[in-house]
Amino acid sequence: MSETRIEEQTLAAQPAPEAEPSSARLIATLGLAGFFSGLILVGVYLFTLPMIQAHRAQALERAIYLVLPGSTTYQALALKDGQLAPAEEVPAAKSGEEPRRIFAGYDDSGKLLGFAIPAEEPGFQDIIGGILGYDPIQKIIIGFEVLDSKETPGLGDKIMKDAAFQNNFKALAVDPQIVAVKKGEKRSPNEVEAITGATISSKAVVRLLQKAIEEWRPAIDAYEKTLNQ
Amino acid sequence: MNQPQTINQSAEEFLKGLWKENPVFVAVLGMCPTLAVTNTAINSLAMGLATTFVLVFSSLLVSSFRKLIPKQVRITAFIIIIATFVTVVDFVLAATVPQIHKELGAFIALIVVNCLILGRQEAFSSKHPVGLALADALGMSIGFTFALLCIGSIREILGSGALFNIPLFGDGFEPWVIMILPPGGFFTLGFLLLFFNWLQQRRAKGVGHRA
Repeated sequence: MSETRIEEQTLAAQPAPEAEPSSARLIATLGLAGFFSGLILVGVYLFTLPMIQAHRAQALERAIYLVLPGSTTYQALALKDGQLAPAEEVPAAKSGEEPRRIFAGYDDSGKLLGFAIPAEEPGFQDIIGGILGYDPIQKIIIGFEVLDSKETPGLGDKIMKDAAFQNNFKALAVDPQIVAVKKGEKRSPNEVEAITGATISSKAVVRLLQKAIEEWRPAIDAYEKTLNQ
Repeated sequence: MNQPQTINQSAEEFLKGLWKENPVFVAVLGMCPTLAVTNTAINSLAMGLATTFVLVFSSLLVSSFRKLIPKQVRITAFIIIIATFVTVVDFVLAATVPQIHKELGAFIALIVVNCLILGRQEAFSSKHPVGLALADALGMSIGFTFALLCIGSIREILGSGALFNIPLFGDGFEPWVIMILPPGGFFTLGFLLLFFNWLQQRRAKGVGHRA
């Protein structure tokens, strides 16, 4: 409605000072508002970006040390021609995407403890993001942390909070493959006891682990061999 | 208008948001965050404070520029101002309290469309001087935060047996998980609305002509 009024106004071209504002004035107002808004946002963005990145890096670092108990330093690795190499030496893909990384964790004496592997898998609500610790010598998973989850509070989010479920990942064999079983039915070291009431989320975690191990194991085993030579 | 009257009016504008025109319990505005992020007291408080920041600063700016913003583009201008402050809050929360920022998720960005905020600009700040707009915004914000905190506390106590993450009951307490799920938000809000309406009705009866 106001648009029609503006048009009529412009057509009539009344010079009265209290008349409705011209289109130019409307555009200028919004342009100025947008300009200052942009300035403020760029400023705040530049100011907060380092803090946000530091938090992310910190959260990742904490998770690496959690899933590789005893580790005090880590090195980021990425795939280069099918082989693991230090992540700094791997160029970013042409699309500008960062290469996916895993992390080798070492203890104080420089001994390799295992590899921390970030992975994702659709859960009940949304993608579950997690990181697992893998010991390539004993071929077991030695730790698992959920980094990102929107699973149902009180049920699915037990994958992060339930101590009994977390205990599944202290020494979980990856051979022949990781499987989910009902609570209280764990018989062999490759079985994960699912959470009652959160079967879908539990199974998603198992799929996440299985896929991550399948994807990275050949590269890790090859890397392990070169280290021992 | 002399000085005491101005102060009285400011106080009145401030107080009305707390109780008589409480944005949640009386006006039933901003239901999206009210229902979605009140599963714990701390989330409710964070959402309330984030909304407070946006509402207070938007009202200040809108009121200061109310004579410069042409009527025809006022809604767009208000939205630009509100969206700017919301984005600022989003960045600052992510930089300072990443855990809470993660829990509130998309609902921070959705403060832009909280009709409480745009409503106050259109109904009040754009028509009143800065002092009154500030009083109004503060009153409404505190009323909103108070309401969210009420709902969040009830849901956390019943749904997790804790308040601000501090366990209140022994191991014998079985949490009512439904209270921290979406239906719990509706139940709690429904009962609180019932309670506040009952209170106001009783009051209206009691003082009859004054209400």
